[in-house]
Amino acid sequence: MAIVAQQTKLSKILWPVLAWAVALIIFFPIAYMVMTSFKTDADAVKPELLFTFTPTLENYANMTENYDYWRFASNSIITSVAATLFTLFVAIPCAYAMAFTPSRGTKDILMWMLSTKMLPAAAVLYPMIYMTKAAGLYDTHFLIIMVLSLINLPIVIWMLFTYFKDIPKDIIEAAKMDGVNTWGEVREVLIPLAWGGIASTALLCFIFCWNEAYWTVRLTTTEAATLSKLIEGNRAPEGLFFGRLSAVSTAAVGPIVVLGWFCQKQLVQGLTFGAVK
Amino acid sequence: MGRIVLENVQKTFGEAEVIPPLDLTIEDGEFAVFVGPSGCGKSTLLRLIAGLEEVTSGAIKIDGADVTQVPPSKRGLAMVFQSYALYPHMTVRKNIGFPLRMAKMEQAEIDAKVEQAASVLNLKDYLDRKPGQLSGGQRQRVAIGRAIVREPEAFLFDEPLSNLDAALRVGMRMEISELHNKLNTTMIYVTHDQVEAMTMANKIVVLQAGVIEQVGSPLELYRTPRNRFVAGFIGSPKMNFIDGDAAEKLGGHSVGIRPEHIDVVEGGLWQGRVGVAEHLGSDTFFHVHDTGLAETITVRAIGDVSLRHGDTIGLSPRMDELHRFDAKGLRI
Repeated sequence: MAIVAQQTKLSKILWPVLAWAVALIIFFPIAYMVMTSFKTDADAVKPELLFTFTPTLENYANMTENYDYWRFASNSIITSVAATLFTLFVAIPCAYAMAFTPSRGTKDILMWMLSTKMLPAAAVLYPMIYMTKAAGLYDTHFLIIMVLSLINLPIVIWMLFTYFKDIPKDIIEAAKMDGVNTWGEVREVLIPLAWGGIASTALLCFIFCWNEAYWTVRLTTTEAATLSKLIEGNRAPEGLFFGRLSAVSTAAVGPIVVLGWFCQKQLVQGLTFGAVK
Repeated sequence: MGRIVLENVQKTFGEAEVIPPLDLTIEDGEFAVFVGPSGCGKSTLLRLIAGLEEVTSGAIKIDGADVTQVPPSKRGLAMVFQSYALYPHMTVRKNIGFPLRMAKMEQAEIDAKVEQAASVLNLKDYLDRKPGQLSGGQRQRVAIGRAIVREPEAFLFDEPLSNLDAALRVGMRMEISELHNKLNTTMIYVTHDQVEAMTMANKIVVLQAGVIEQVGSPLELYRTPRNRFVAGFIGSPKMNFIDGDAAEKLGGHSVGIRPEHIDVVEGGLWQGRVGVAEHLGSDTFFHVHDTGLAETITVRAIGDVSLRHGDTIGLSPRMDELHRFDAKGLRI
């Protein structure tokens, strides 16, 4: 008994210490980025000033004055929100159909959807650029919204499918018997019952959209450019201005970190979907 | 009105024929029970009537109108599920009122109907609770409430009592029977429990492997089972079956005799030793071995009879209560 008690005591101390250590290691680059954003470009490259520096808002002022941060930010918000809504608009009926009226091909369709994620994006880069330019869609909100939606649809459908599968089929059938049409089933029964799952899926989709860089950088110039493009644009040919770059990066990830902080519970639920019942 | 007619209805799942073509009529106001062992297709048959499964061929008519291609929401039927299938995110009030709200009824009218259903079902004190806060019996009542407010052409019950404990089951059985007497609406009730079938039905439909073995009133099925399967399925304890030479002597390929139609006598046709005796107080069931027959014979005696394990007794079947079957198991 004594040994068991000792072991629990030890693990009570050991695990939190380990967890904190890992968390700090992961968090360090973010803290470093935030600190650097308050340094001048000159101070930023001096190792002796890692923690001891005179904070300045110069980089942030510069960012809003010279780079039009708010335009990039509003583009990020517009494309991420619209892409998330459009993705859900397509994914909810799709996952509903597969969860409640599965056919012989349902499993294959799900696998096929996921397989599209295995295609290397670079493989279709040039066709995409030429096609979108030819169609006059290059550097438009519409294009970015569509691209973000299509990238995220497979994973969103998978997640929603998993949540919907947990809803007893009887309840959907009871709704049918109660005189409800298909749209009513979705609105009155499915969405309220799967609300937690839909919310965490939406949140995750929004974060993926916000953080997407490969396509948003390559398919935009100015009009539809998002914060990812702003960060990318700070790679000046004469070298990296770490202070400026850090300020831009901090301002780009800031909103999503705050959002993530408030929605931790839903995020964990979303990321471990299917694992915890 | 709720006269339900199945014409040549067939159901296959892929290669498997779950229900070979069958015809069945359920008259308006009837309490029909589909009964049979698990996997006999009784639930599938109910779901075909409900519209939750599509028929492979044949037609389903409600009051003369062909509803074969009509979606479940438009057939005017209400269903009570084994799992209750209540909406967990809605209160009892909202659950019961849901079909009316979907029918776009005025809120005041919905409230009145919900109150009325709740008082019939003794749910008035629970209207503002969620299903998760109710007991099994109360949940089942809510499910019934949700069905009756719609005033459907017919009620469909899919093993509604199998999730309840034995005492509650008897109570709910009575309540559903009383409801039927009060509403006089067609009810179709699926169960694997022949006691439920016998006590509730006007008409019993006995199914085996998707085939209707017999349709009739409880007592018809009890007195004149069409074949050996129905004879064995209806009645508790089960009918005794005698095969071989002993059966030939009594005039059939096999002969059935119910436990309640065998008298314990001095001498008698068969002598045997008492094995297990089940004393229920009102009745006693003896399992008698070593009668010279291949099978153990079950005998029902009224009251508490003081016979012990190992006692030798004589048995006399009542000759006018014998059921004789031919080699195919059909009644002679």
